[in-house]
Amino acid sequence: MKTTLSFGDLSRQFAVSLRILPVTVAICSGLYTFITLLAAQIAPYASSGSLIRSEKGEIVGSELIGQQFSRHEYFWSRPSAVSWNAASAGASNLSPASLAMRQKTEKLLVPFALKKGEKIPADLVTASGSGLDPHISFAAAKFQAPRVARARGLSIDQVMAVINNPESGTITIPLLNESLVNVLHLNRSLDRLQK
Amino acid sequence: MLLLFLLVLIVPALLSWPLGLAMTRLIDPAGESGYSRCSARFFSKIGGEAVIEEQEWKRYLLSMMIFNVLMFAFVAIVLAMQQWLPLNPDGKGALEASLIFNTVASFVTNTNLQHYSGEVSMSYFSQLFGLMWLQFVSAATGVSALAALARALGGKKTVGNYYSDLMRTTFFVLLPLALFVALLLVAGGVPMTMEGAAVAHTLEHATQTIARGPVAAMEAIKQLGTNGGGWFGPNSAHPFENPSFFTNILECISIVLIPMATVWMFGRITGRMRDAVVIFSVMMALLVFKAGAAVWFEGAPAIALSSLPVDVVSNLEGKELRFGSGAGALWAAVTTATSNGSVNCMHDSLNPLTGLVPLVGMWLNVVFGGVGVGLINMFVFIIVGVFICGMMVGRTPEYFGRKVETPEMTLALLTLLVHPALILGSTALFAATPLGAATVGNPGAHGFTEILYEFSSSAANNGSGFAGLGNSSIPWNIATGIVMLLGRYIPIILPLAIAGSLAAKKPVPVTAGTFRTDTLLFGIIILGSVVFISALLFLPVAVLGPVADHLTAIIH
Repeated sequence: MKTTLSFGDLSRQFAVSLRILPVTVAICSGLYTFITLLAAQIAPYASSGSLIRSEKGEIVGSELIGQQFSRHEYFWSRPSAVSWNAASAGASNLSPASLAMRQKTEKLLVPFALKKGEKIPADLVTASGSGLDPHISFAAAKFQAPRVARARGLSIDQVMAVINNPESGTITIPLLNESLVNVLHLNRSLDRLQK
Repeated sequence: MLLLFLLVLIVPALLSWPLGLAMTRLIDPAGESGYSRCSARFFSKIGGEAVIEEQEWKRYLLSMMIFNVLMFAFVAIVLAMQQWLPLNPDGKGALEASLIFNTVASFVTNTNLQHYSGEVSMSYFSQLFGLMWLQFVSAATGVSALAALARALGGKKTVGNYYSDLMRTTFFVLLPLALFVALLLVAGGVPMTMEGAAVAHTLEHATQTIARGPVAAMEAIKQLGTNGGGWFGPNSAHPFENPSFFTNILECISIVLIPMATVWMFGRITGRMRDAVVIFSVMMALLVFKAGAAVWFEGAPAIALSSLPVDVVSNLEGKELRFGSGAGALWAAVTTATSNGSVNCMHDSLNPLTGLVPLVGMWLNVVFGGVGVGLINMFVFIIVGVFICGMMVGRTPEYFGRKVETPEMTLALLTLLVHPALILGSTALFAATPLGAATVGNPGAHGFTEILYEFSSSAANNGSGFAGLGNSSIPWNIATGIVMLLGRYIPIILPLAIAGSLAAKKPVPVTAGTFRTDTLLFGIIILGSVVFISALLFLPVAVLGPVADHLTAIIH
């Protein structure tokens, strides 16, 4: 073992590092990615982005990615600071103690046209972290049911039945007992009902 | 909520014990074992004798620095050429030079501060062969440095071989774990495809371009190696990085698992498991306290919504629903205790006092910390604790049977001062000039906190951010890049020098008068030195930032 360092050492170390580098790249980036890709073929639906297709085979969205709904006959997603742009996701990043946040919330409240004394579930007026949250709370679905029922000419009970149908993407978070609804699944269920 | 809390903190603590044992066997094998000989033969085929020969600490550091320089150069070239390289289905263009510098500095230093949005700017090749590769080797560098430190403190004159440590950690610890977690993530719904973005025609007949990619592979090592740099801009808040409650738990556990295991590895290599138990307990106590505080503060509704007709439960701005309430705050505490820096909610939109919790985590930077380096930071506080005790009883302080004297203390104090000097100095510069003041996303004290957070995150090699900050400018890219590099290498080099200097001394025999470092009393002393030193350094900015933000948050 030598204890002094010389210029020769330095260049020798560079040479060694240069030989190790490509091996680690090949294994960590090449081999690892390849094996993971290969194994992921077992779950083709999830590994390609949980895409949902119409009967015609057209991609209508992803189960995991929220999309914009603004028509009255659809349940609306949570607000998105990036207009549901799934190629450039993001959040409002507003301070929850700021005036800007309050003004943004007031603007978001307008389309819901709340009656006096009525309160809206918080998730419908707060922007999600990714801007692509595919879920709304069960309370938020229930809140929107009358509007959707009116626009579709259905009774509120009929709409509630769709919400409660497990095929409409209702999930319950384990341990916490919070119920959520997948907005895209829910809206597709409604469309199927009325086709 | 309590169950969630236990799941995320207790499960990795239990798993860390066997993993720590496995890591010791894999990274620091006994010389005559079959595994040791086989891996040495394999390594020497790759790099020759220099890859397996024993190195003393200076040579070890030299190897480390040279390899890190090459890591930097290689990925800088990959990023600079991404528009001409393959695996670019969405046709990503050239990156700006200062952004390349910042990004490479960020991933080489295990920080993963991101001044870009992955799905907007990076090709699949850049992500996989540039950034993800660094997520492996930068994490392995941290673990290697700790192994070397532990060997020196264990009394060895030579501290192993950097290249061997690097490859053992990468190939035999990180790679299998990452593969396992990646497959679980795919099962949980994380995409793993080389196809480009999908184009959807939505129910309302709009077009939605859905960016995707081989996300699961990067996601796994991002969490395990305390890297934190995600495939997408919103990190683990993005449904493709973190699709469900279960993946959220899995990722949260992956964040703390290896940092916890390194404590046991340290105990085994030094042969002082009782000391490791004390260190682990101190870290665990701080983590539980931090996590509890974050969840408590974040349970309060956003002040901005008070008196609006909103049925408010907790602060939901910047959060995703599928992880459940409380999950965002819990993650915020965990990701800044370790220097991971991935997020599952937007820290800028945390309640002001909740935002203080991740800041404190990054200021301390010893609550398990980055893989390997967290414990190296703690080692400096331990040396200070030993010194204070020595002063109190009027004896020359000792650690692991070696006298701690002026040269070691000088180095320890220098190391301690680098972190606050980097944070406070650069924050002052940017807050007082338009460089930073013109880039804040929120006015007032919250804007100051954004600047403070950005530099705290850079110096602590964390990588999370208050994302409202307009940090993609050239001054931000250069300043945070430099802070990350200094904040990474000085706190590795100086502590190793301390350990090397200790190892060169004659051991002092243990007597009845020896101050023991493996007791509850010493645990409290370390806790005290961590808390009080950090409080002295950072209380003023805490008051100027989050506390002032909280107190002035009165909406008209």
